[in-house]
Amino acid sequence: MTGGDIAAFAQGALVTVTLSLAGILLGLPIGLGLALIQWARVPIVARLVALYVSVLRATPLVTLLLLLFFALPNVGVPIDPYSAAILALVMNTSAFNCEIWRSALMNFPKDQYEAAQSVGMRAEQRFRRIVLPQIVRVSLPGLVNEMSLLIKVTPVLAVVGVVDITRAAVRIGAETYEPLPPFLIAVALYAPLVFALVSLQRWIERRQAAAEAAA
Amino acid sequence: MIHGFSIVWSERALLLSGLANTAILSAVAAIASLLLGFALTPALMSRKRAVSRVARALVDGMRCVPFLLFAYIVYYGFPSFGVRLDNWSAGLVALTIYNAAYMAEILRGAWSSMPREPIEAGVAFGFSDVRLFRRIILPPLLLSAGPVIGNQMIQIIKDSAFLTIIALPELTHAASSIQSRYYVPFAAFITAVALYWGLCLVIEAGVNLIGQLAEARR
Repeated sequence: MTGGDIAAFAQGALVTVTLSLAGILLGLPIGLGLALIQWARVPIVARLVALYVSVLRATPLVTLLLLLFFALPNVGVPIDPYSAAILALVMNTSAFNCEIWRSALMNFPKDQYEAAQSVGMRAEQRFRRIVLPQIVRVSLPGLVNEMSLLIKVTPVLAVVGVVDITRAAVRIGAETYEPLPPFLIAVALYAPLVFALVSLQRWIERRQAAAEAAA
Repeated sequence: MIHGFSIVWSERALLLSGLANTAILSAVAAIASLLLGFALTPALMSRKRAVSRVARALVDGMRCVPFLLFAYIVYYGFPSFGVRLDNWSAGLVALTIYNAAYMAEILRGAWSSMPREPIEAGVAFGFSDVRLFRRIILPPLLLSAGPVIGNQMIQIIKDSAFLTIIALPELTHAASSIQSRYYVPFAAFITAVALYWGLCLVIEAGVNLIGQLAEARR
């Protein structure tokens, strides 16, 4: 391990975290938007969203990434590895997020919505003050779980040349002919990230269960 | 565009063999990881603290590692221990061990939420451990865990695509090689996506069938 290797890992960790955050932060509202389209039963568009979710949930991230990275320039949209990586992550995670948001919306008690209507709240107010806070609570464990899954698929992004933790490990392994140590370091970098999210999810679930038991 | 799809059509043998490899790989890994999961579950639920702690650490640890990295370690890292696997065995071993951790956790969840009465009744009737498991525990366990196991199988199919990095000739690898030979990225990868989707729809149909079976048994 030279100083350069440590710097490469630090740089890679920064890239992995940045891409994951971009995927999470963009994927959450887009997933919610897709779920709302399905919830409101917008004609035709809702059908298309259902199809999008079904296909995207079945598509491996590698395949999606290769499709975007090679096919977009082919139709005249130049794309660099990092944009392709973020786009693929967002498309992938938004499909899963959509399902989580949608199931929370479907289970939302209708009488509350009608009560809000009857006291004269506008649609935007009803959503922001009555619906959103409650579906966020219900969806949170699922969404955090999806975030941990997202971090676990980010190593694939290295396939198109994104220099993340995995790419750094592969390169160092190839240079030193000792692939095991850099891979173990990579595991030691990913595992705490994922573990933190898994613990967060368990903590939220425990807290919600306790709150429910108290109520 | 049409041109691209006609090239993909002319290379259909390659794509179909990729699809077959993906299906075989996923099916074998799913069955093997389910069996391994069954072996791990009693350890997870063991009353001996030491046993359950070790099993829990293994399962939780595995679930914190990205699959791609694990596949790299099995393929490139294991030779450091003197274990040299070709890409097929490395892919299968990686898929199986990795998903066994998930399967064990799924089975533990379904097992611990099972009603106690039938098991106690089975014990009272003098069923031996093996028969108790096979006749009383296993059937409702598989039926109730069916949907989650189905989800995990879809995950296995998607994980198997990662194995293209160790040059395993599965579906994504086939699409990749067609794209690099003829430069028809859109047609090649969109066809692969459609085939993955088809595989997942088959699994979802299977899960629904199991759900109907479970409903009929109630």
